[in-house]
Amino acid sequence: MGNVGAKDVPVLLSPEGLRIDGRKVDELRPMKIQVGALHNADGSAFVEWGANKVYAAVYGPREVHPRHLQQNNKAVIQCKYNMAAFSVDERKRPGLDRRSQEISKVIAEAFESVVFAEEYPRTSIDIYIEVVQANAGTRCAGLVAASMALADAGIPMVDLLPAVAVGKVAGKIVLDLKKEEDNFGEADLPMALVPQSGRLVLLQMEGHMTEEELSQALDLGVQGCREIYEKMKQALRDRYALGPIGGSA
Amino acid sequence: MSRGHRPGHRTRGHEGSPSPPPGDRTLVLPGEEIRAQGLKPGPGTYRTGGKVYASVLGLLSPRPPMVQVIPLSGRYIPKPDDVVLGTVTDVQGTFWLLDIGAPRWAPLHMTGTPWQVEIGETDRFLRVGDAVVVQVESLEATGRIGVTMNGEGLGKLEGGTIVRISPARVPRVVGRNGSMIDTIRRHTGAEVVVGQNGRIWVGGTPDAIHRVSEVLRIVEENGQRSGLTERVESYLLATMPTDPKGPEEPAPEHAHRDAPPRTLPPSEPDEVTVEAEDDPPESTETGEP
Amino acid sequence: MSEEVSAEILTTHILDLAAEGKRLDGRGADDYRKVTVEPGFVTSADGSALVRIGETAVLAGVKLEPGKPFPDTPNAGVLTTNAELIPLSNAIFEPGPPQPGAIEVSRVVDRAIRAAETIDLTRLCVTPGEKTWVCYVDIHVLDHSGNLIDAALLAALGALTHSTVPAKRFEIAEADYPLEVNHFPVECTFVRLGDTLMVDPTFDEERAAQGRLTVATDEVGRVVAMQKGLVGAFSPDDVKDVVRRAFRHGERHRILAKGGAP
Repeated sequence: MGNVGAKDVPVLLSPEGLRIDGRKVDELRPMKIQVGALHNADGSAFVEWGANKVYAAVYGPREVHPRHLQQNNKAVIQCKYNMAAFSVDERKRPGLDRRSQEISKVIAEAFESVVFAEEYPRTSIDIYIEVVQANAGTRCAGLVAASMALADAGIPMVDLLPAVAVGKVAGKIVLDLKKEEDNFGEADLPMALVPQSGRLVLLQMEGHMTEEELSQALDLGVQGCREIYEKMKQALRDRYALGPIGGSA
Repeated sequence: MSRGHRPGHRTRGHEGSPSPPPGDRTLVLPGEEIRAQGLKPGPGTYRTGGKVYASVLGLLSPRPPMVQVIPLSGRYIPKPDDVVLGTVTDVQGTFWLLDIGAPRWAPLHMTGTPWQVEIGETDRFLRVGDAVVVQVESLEATGRIGVTMNGEGLGKLEGGTIVRISPARVPRVVGRNGSMIDTIRRHTGAEVVVGQNGRIWVGGTPDAIHRVSEVLRIVEENGQRSGLTERVESYLLATMPTDPKGPEEPAPEHAHRDAPPRTLPPSEPDEVTVEAEDDPPESTETGEP
Repeated sequence: MSEEVSAEILTTHILDLAAEGKRLDGRGADDYRKVTVEPGFVTSADGSALVRIGETAVLAGVKLEPGKPFPDTPNAGVLTTNAELIPLSNAIFEPGPPQPGAIEVSRVVDRAIRAAETIDLTRLCVTPGEKTWVCYVDIHVLDHSGNLIDAALLAALGALTHSTVPAKRFEIAEADYPLEVNHFPVECTFVRLGDTLMVDPTFDEERAAQGRLTVATDEVGRVVAMQKGLVGAFSPDDVKDVVRRAFRHGERHRILAKGGAP
């Protein structure tokens, strides 16, 4: 959003109802998930989603540093979302920025809503999300990667957290915005779903929609999340397959 | 946000005997519904809306009257009576803090050792970087993990090396009724102390240590698959030393529990020795907590 | 404060093995772990490369943007190197401002790139005194299992040799063109374990080490950077031995970094 006055606005929706990359309005970008991509973390994942490339690592539960952040009755869940300098078109200066801090907060809160933190009092569960290549929906890709990393780290949760951004582009509600759609569309609604309860634990909106459009967007987003949920489950099963040992060590 | 939909979640590790053979258990994912069939929700599960779900990625394990999910990954979660290997990370006046790979460090109080320790003299017995074998005594609601070094097979470790594997693999290293660990000891003559926390002390000849380390790597990479025992045995047989005397020391007879450490804890505190000239000066810093 | 204190036993074992010329993973004193370079890993960068050395993984990205030259060098472009040791990569790192380790990696990599005249900075100049290309090399450590310096420079080199100057996008020229790379510095790091100097240390070996020595060499026989790190000492003969070995390893890794580049 926020490209008022920009030149060269691309055609976002063809007369046949196809989007700038040929997708239909309810189609997700291709997604590939690799669980356990990093060796040092307690749990990790690498997600390629459209042109997004995101790593997530979980360390914990572990002792809290600094100590004063410790909570007596549960684990503290801390999240740091960061974009690499070279992950976006215009180089981003390394270091904390306000957007990353906000995203870190909403993602931490999403996980606080599903992780059984009371199991580990006075500890910290640290989630690190590193976006190395960005093309819209990085917080959702980061959430998905972090969810996989938490499962990989054996952290108990109510459920995995599929997430997706729904948007409004050329007047139509579409699923899983890519960069141009995010830049030139009318609304962007990232959300994360707890499939077990059917409830949302992350929900933000930038732009504007009517009540009817919002209702449509929520339904489409939930549908998209359920599709992503299946991919997430398959990625975990692939990683922890229990077949017999093959010929090689 | 309401937590009302998560009552009845069990905490604090699993109970019960060593694992039954692999292959007869199902992989479940967090949020997956479990057909509990009258069993009560145990560790790794939660109940809501009258149904039971898995909370961790792991193997579904019915243990009547309970059903639990045994995690396939993640840090070591302590259980009472576990024997574990720890590294001293901090020394205080009346206790040491041990890193046992758990969510929290475990304090070892000076009275939990066979030594006569005076207050403030703790660093004469154990220093940062020392490795010990201790037993988990208590788990408190605050998350505090109580450990003791009083007991057979417990004490300070010297020599050898420490190999790390995921805690989830420990049952496979031990094997049913200790079969795997016996095989390893028998074919290598190595001394092996298996910590439930996935830390394993190995002592013996360099060759024995190397072969045991390699077996542990094989178990780590293939632990959940069938055919593991054959794979390990074939490696051990293929790498038998050609020396007709065979492995140096016959392994003592033990069940799946751990062998005693190589040396007994010191009855006198360690002497501080002068290091050889061109070694770097020894740091006595213990860092802040 | 570091979360992981390494067991003294492990350190002693590593040194005992080293006394016999052996290592924990079975390598010899002069063996690297498996080295791979994957150029073009991120397309949002003007050039990038993901390097793996064993379990260590480092990603470097190059971004070129128009900017102003420094007042005292009006005819030269600007090259700046930054390494991030992000907490993602190892339990010992905490979020916050750059730690000495990160700063050291950035600077040692930067020095090697400059001393080797990897890029002719005057060729980056667009209008003297007014406009020049600023070349940012950002290095992200994704997985720290030892030997970050070698992996970082290799990733930087892999990224630079596969970079495109976005001249068209910034309306400085009619078309984008490949970034000219004239020299190819590669770094080679050794640690002292007892009396032996082992190449390519793992994380545990770095912790057990009694000194670390890094030597950067280029393809025309020059030594272009050196850095002694950690606590320990090296004799002049040690240094000569290490330099000789560094040239040999450099030859091999240089080919990997350039792989497929014009």
